[in-house]
Amino acid sequence: MDATIAGILAIDGLTNGAIYALLALATVLVFAVTRVIFIPQGEFVAFGALTLALLQAGKVPGTVWFLLVLAAAVTLGDLWQGWRARQPLPRLLAGAARTLAWPMAVSLLAIWAAPRGLPLLAQAALTVALVTPFGPLIYRLAYESLADASVLVLLIISVGVHFALVGLGLYFFGAEGFRNPSFWDERFSVGGVTLSGQALIIFLASVALIVGLWLFFEKSLAGKALRATAVNRLGARLMGISSSSAGRLSFTMAAFIGALSGLLIGPTTTVFYDSGFLIGLKGFVAAVFAGLASYPLALVGALGVGLLESFGSFWASAYKEVIVFSTILPVLLWRSLRDPHREEH
Amino acid sequence: MLKFAFPAFAAVMLLLPALPVPDFWITQSIYIGLYAIVSLGLVLLTGVAGLTSFGQAAFVGVGAYTAAFLAVKLGISPWLTLLVGVTLAVAAALLLGALTLRMSGHYLPLATIAWGLALNYTMANMEWLGKYDGILGIPALSIFGVDLGTGRGLHPLVWAVALLAALGALRLLDSRPGRAIRALKNGSTMAEAMGISTFRYKLTVFVFAAFLAAVSGWLFAHFQRSVSPSPFGINKGIEYLFMAVLGGVGHVWGAFLGSAVVRLVEDKLQVLLPQLIGTSGNFETIVFGIVLVVVLKYAPDGLWTFVQRWLPAKQRVRDWEGAAPLPTAAKPTRGEVLLDVDRVRKTFGGLVAVNDVSFQVRAGDIVGLIGPNGAGKSTTFNLITGVLSLTAGTVNFRGQPVTGLPSRQIARRGMSRTFQHVKMIPEMTVLENVALGGYLRSRAGSVKAMLRLDRAEERQLCAEAERQLERIGMAGQMHELAGNLALGPQRLMEIARALCTDPALLLLDEPAAGLRHKEKQALAEVLRQLKGEGLSILLVEHDMDFVMGLTDRIVVMEFGTKLMEGTPAEVQASPAVRAAYLGTEH
Repeated sequence: MDATIAGILAIDGLTNGAIYALLALATVLVFAVTRVIFIPQGEFVAFGALTLALLQAGKVPGTVWFLLVLAAAVTLGDLWQGWRARQPLPRLLAGAARTLAWPMAVSLLAIWAAPRGLPLLAQAALTVALVTPFGPLIYRLAYESLADASVLVLLIISVGVHFALVGLGLYFFGAEGFRNPSFWDERFSVGGVTLSGQALIIFLASVALIVGLWLFFEKSLAGKALRATAVNRLGARLMGISSSSAGRLSFTMAAFIGALSGLLIGPTTTVFYDSGFLIGLKGFVAAVFAGLASYPLALVGALGVGLLESFGSFWASAYKEVIVFSTILPVLLWRSLRDPHREEH
Repeated sequence: MLKFAFPAFAAVMLLLPALPVPDFWITQSIYIGLYAIVSLGLVLLTGVAGLTSFGQAAFVGVGAYTAAFLAVKLGISPWLTLLVGVTLAVAAALLLGALTLRMSGHYLPLATIAWGLALNYTMANMEWLGKYDGILGIPALSIFGVDLGTGRGLHPLVWAVALLAALGALRLLDSRPGRAIRALKNGSTMAEAMGISTFRYKLTVFVFAAFLAAVSGWLFAHFQRSVSPSPFGINKGIEYLFMAVLGGVGHVWGAFLGSAVVRLVEDKLQVLLPQLIGTSGNFETIVFGIVLVVVLKYAPDGLWTFVQRWLPAKQRVRDWEGAAPLPTAAKPTRGEVLLDVDRVRKTFGGLVAVNDVSFQVRAGDIVGLIGPNGAGKSTTFNLITGVLSLTAGTVNFRGQPVTGLPSRQIARRGMSRTFQHVKMIPEMTVLENVALGGYLRSRAGSVKAMLRLDRAEERQLCAEAERQLERIGMAGQMHELAGNLALGPQRLMEIARALCTDPALLLLDEPAAGLRHKEKQALAEVLRQLKGEGLSILLVEHDMDFVMGLTDRIVVMEFGTKLMEGTPAEVQASPAVRAAYLGTEH
């Protein structure tokens, strides 16, 4: 290996690492606020990439029907509960309208826009608008009524959600894989190493998102409310912060980050309906590195995972997954030495 | 009637191949048996111990691939490959467990996901394991020269293993190590205070689950006569968990029910769903995923509870009449310094919760620790018993330093306690909860329990637990579930559990809270009687009548600092104490 190859591998690794970092941040965010270990985070990535690919092909993406099915399921559930609680009809209908409005609107827009071949950026924005509502809808369907269950139960629920989403992904997107066009085809040569425009976009988008998240948590009231919920759910509730709207918000953000990661990763690799799982899990290894708690450590971990993966695939390409997932063992050893057991309450 | 249920079920399953049952059902039944062996491990791990693993399929894979590789490539006898496969799986489980089980409960499942993925990719890429094609041509098993084949011959072996595993699990749960395992789910503080190493039992359960999975994998290899990576992937690992959750994750028979339902339904869905949808694919995962979420939401105890409802409730037979008493420890002589607390200090960040508090307890004394809310009484308790670590200061117990020891080591030296917020196992009976206290006075381990070699000691433990319950007037409620008790009796039960440890010093954190007047008087009577037997007691209490009438000395705390120490009369006369409780006039 010479310096050029090392340079290429490093850039490759850091590019992927930047995406894993986003996923790791989303994982940490969701866990801190809701105690849900959100295994299906990667599914949003696959859905984002596939939605954009289908829009590019001029087809109405399966995401539209998928979204409508989810929204309908949530609405029916709400209506049923409201009816059993003898809520007045206008209130029931208003609630249903609130749930359905965004998914319906964005679906209609997608159906209208699909055959028209809009510019790539508009399609990307539409993709994000389509995938982001999956977050709160999934939260309401699967997690909200179990918000006080143990971490273990929530984790098993996550696994069930992952199963269902992958199967539904197969149904709505088909088994075909897609590779998206680059957002920016320019190539730069920096000291003998070529840097693609796409890699640059990934870096910039990741940094922008991380800064955005930081501003959100430090400066906005909603961000502070989420932090308060993360520190103490009961205390936050007593201060008037609804833990279920905190949960919905954190899932919305997770889905948004996932969709964006899907857009970013789409041009670098072929994405199938079930590709999200592995991508998400790599974000997960980084999140575990951070003890599911620290955002900066998650970033460091994610870049590490990306580098390990790219160098691993150079030396032993068949074993790159083995290498990446085996590193969780030393990471866990380090963590268990770093913070010895604490009683969970 | 229930007595015959297990033998009858066992007989049916073992003799099934001899009956005119179509081959299809024999095959299904073998699968169900194989799955049940794995999910049984998950029942113990998830439902009983409150841990979980998504990597069980990987342990199955270790068993299966070991059998395949050694038999096909090296021609080693299957009985030897079983030993090797199990050893490998156990070693892997020990490593994963040692790394994760000291941390919060969700690190183990995360580690098992990574382990399952990594192992699966290894299998799929290793040249000598046949890559994605796997290994073909594994010989069928034979016993005493009789070829078992892959159908009717193998069925009794698979089910014999499954039934033995179930029997072993049932026996384990109803024993000394079993109660320790059942205590794991409710946090480690109480179990550790009873002298139980929670880490060790978590590891035991995880290793046992891996052991079962590896045995199932070994059988699977000889049943299929070939192995390939896909049945041992992460999805299969999740499916095993699904079986356990669906069947009833807290019940041994739930594993069997769940495996049967999943196997039969999966078989139908794999045909039905692609027809319905029009293309091929693993659409059954949609149904499984949704059912998993729905089951956890609406029937978290699984399907077995619906069966159990029709079964008569089983009550423990009182078979311990005349059992020999458990060994007792030597008691300290009256008047010697039993507990010496010297300038103990605890800070949480900038807050000094306990500020250089010193006092002594002499053998045969009842000492009260009182003070307004937030004075640091319970924190002091936790410092003495090792639940919290000291920032500074020393604690000597019976002349030996116990500073910085974990609470189970301190319990071993003869200190036992109750908790301000009752800590018990609600789904165990009162008797079983109290028997937890006898943990350190008994010895039987998991293997002994499974072989039922622990019964003599078990009778001793029950007899001791009943004796302690009688002492506090609760013998009549011993078969009730602890979770059904009111708060007062729960507190009394905790005292009985603490007494069951045969302590030299008893620490009671608000024992009288929640008791009615008559119950308080009775409790005071019991405590006096204990004192008469040479036991020393340190208690935190708010009920002044109770404290003043009972104690020999009182330590008063305020804002983390010791305000004064003296006899009840001195404390009552002290203006400083009055000011602490009622404030001063300005």
